[in-house]
Amino acid sequence: MTGDRPPRASATFPPHVIAEIHRAAGQGIYSIRGGGARRPLPNFDDLVFLGASVSRYPLEGYRERCGTDVTIGTRFAGKPVTLKIPITIAGMSFGALSANAKRALGLGASAAGTSTTTGDGGMTEEEREASDILVYQYLPSRYGMTPDQLRRADAIEVVIGQGAKPGGGGMLLGQKVSERVAGMRVLPPGIDQRSASRHPDWTGPDDLEIKIRELREITDWEKPVYVKVGATRTGYDVGLAVKAGADAVVVDGMQGGTAATQDVFIEDVGIPTLPAVRMAVDALKELDMHRKVQLIVSGGIRTGADVAKALALGADAVSIGVAALMALNCNAPLWPEDYAALGVSPGHCDQCQTGRCPVGITTQDPVLERRLDPEEGGRRVRNYLATLAMECQMLARACGKSHVHNLEPEDLAALTLEAAAMARVPLAGTDWIPGWSR
Amino acid sequence: MSAREEIDLDAVPVRRLNRLLQGRDSARQAGSFDVLNPRGRHALAAGLVDPIDVVIHGHAGYYCAGMNQQARVTVAGNAGTGVAENMMSGEVRVHGDASQSAGAAGWGGLLAIGGDASARCGISMKGIEIVVGGSVGHMTGFMAQAGCLVVCGDAGAAFGDSIYEAELYVLGEVETLGADCVEKDMDDRHVARIGELLGRAGFAADASAFRRYGSARQLYHFRIDNAAAY
Ligand code: SF4
Repeated sequence: MTGDRPPRASATFPPHVIAEIHRAAGQGIYSIRGGGARRPLPNFDDLVFLGASVSRYPLEGYRERCGTDVTIGTRFAGKPVTLKIPITIAGMSFGALSANAKRALGLGASAAGTSTTTGDGGMTEEEREASDILVYQYLPSRYGMTPDQLRRADAIEVVIGQGAKPGGGGMLLGQKVSERVAGMRVLPPGIDQRSASRHPDWTGPDDLEIKIRELREITDWEKPVYVKVGATRTGYDVGLAVKAGADAVVVDGMQGGTAATQDVFIEDVGIPTLPAVRMAVDALKELDMHRKVQLIVSGGIRTGADVAKALALGADAVSIGVAALMALNCNAPLWPEDYAALGVSPGHCDQCQTGRCPVGITTQDPVLERRLDPEEGGRRVRNYLATLAMECQMLARACGKSHVHNLEPEDLAALTLEAAAMARVPLAGTDWIPGWSR
Repeated sequence: MSAREEIDLDAVPVRRLNRLLQGRDSARQAGSFDVLNPRGRHALAAGLVDPIDVVIHGHAGYYCAGMNQQARVTVAGNAGTGVAENMMSGEVRVHGDASQSAGAAGWGGLLAIGGDASARCGISMKGIEIVVGGSVGHMTGFMAQAGCLVVCGDAGAAFGDSIYEAELYVLGEVETLGADCVEKDMDDRHVARIGELLGRAGFAADASAFRRYGSARQLYHFRIDNAAAY
């Protein structure tokens, strides 16, 4: 007899698990969605800065200089790129995003003095024209990839994986494969498009080295070559990318977003950004390549504090994707009835894969796309980037640093055992790093 | 007619060769070049943009004539992985065999391989025309999107796997067809197309004896019924 005992939810079968079993039983195929991992993960919130006091003195806010610039590609590239702030816009495809969204990101990044990045499907005129510094992704699908576009880019990013789906290829469902998107990718319009997960003409680090050399030969050894990996065996991957001749390594943690991927990939593959930064920095230091091969970290960066913590752990720059879309009003309560039509509400939307984005960002529908004014969107992105940079600078000054790159792990303490072990900084109030010191 | 220019790779680094062939230091848009002692070096004649003639006398390594535009490149030997990968236009001829991923992701132009081509020939092809005098390895035509591949010998396992709209023709045996690749009817237009490509490649074969393969278009949309193929 249960009497009037309050119901107890099963920890093994919480409501979202039950709902997924019901959905799978009805549809017989995996669930596909946008966004990043939803599960709670150790993250930058679990670290705090140890601001200066008696043992260290701070810099005066606004008066004493605190640099934020970063140069990427100093190892081999004839023309490295210099960014005014260490925050870049991550690769997102035209196709996944509307042309207006791509243009807005380009305008915003350019106004903030930083770079934006193409995605699967190649470069659009709109984004080249709007972006002062444009990184060109070289992806397994090679959709839209042409040597002319490669030469028009300011840097090349060889994409091996991304945090949302390390080991998986891209996906674009038919409703977003418009005539223009299909034309750029040489695919029939309207198909559910799957991108390859491996490059068609190389496998493994030895081949990658030869591939990077070919890309350099074709672009006259001018452009910085980045290698992007999803965070998994990060130490090995970063080391091998360096060995293969990368100028920069982009490490994308599992909080990194996607426009469309199987839910099981997003939630169950990869490691969080926090340990990935530390593993990448360790690998670079072991090879005496820290600060020589630049490290760009992405996956769940939201605030200037996140930026500062990533830099303190040793990154040279960070990259933002989902947060930049939020600056463009992703999940803003503007068209509640259109969110409702997707079965979600503002603040809980992850329906990018549907192509019915209520705020005009992840859509190819001309009516929806018009809801995003690229000029206004560009201003919002610039404002957001400027805020991140100022917050990061403020924290660096508070730690007495004249450049954001002077932040170091010693400026941090961890609030949880997990964060202490993963980031390898001491648990606050102790000198204990679980797994590393007694 | 202007004289042919010789470049000896035992004396000149690949960097210099490619700068010369890419016309980076001159306004030249034509010319003929003989590349000596290639010895399997990589990225030879990569990224060419002008309608020049280049003959590589010996074996080439990876990505020979990669991303070619307009140039006519001949490898008088064998070619390594990814010959003419992402080619946009022009012609690349390999007298011997080609390693894997020949013509990968190519958009246009003609790739003619006199001998055999290894695995993944024409993978992700986007409009290139490939004619292989011999046989091709496994996974040839994987995810082939557009263009035409003519194989005068046999095709290895999983031929045309996950193919989109490319046309594949084989004279000999096909070991197995990949997911969503099916044999299709041939008509006079197809025979004429094969004949024309054989003619341009310089290979002799009976165009009417080929068989045609293409997409069944069953995997274009995610469906539970296709789960076994994913
Ligand atoms: S609001 Fe648009 S961009 Fe944001 S999650 Fe929803 S569909 Fe995606």
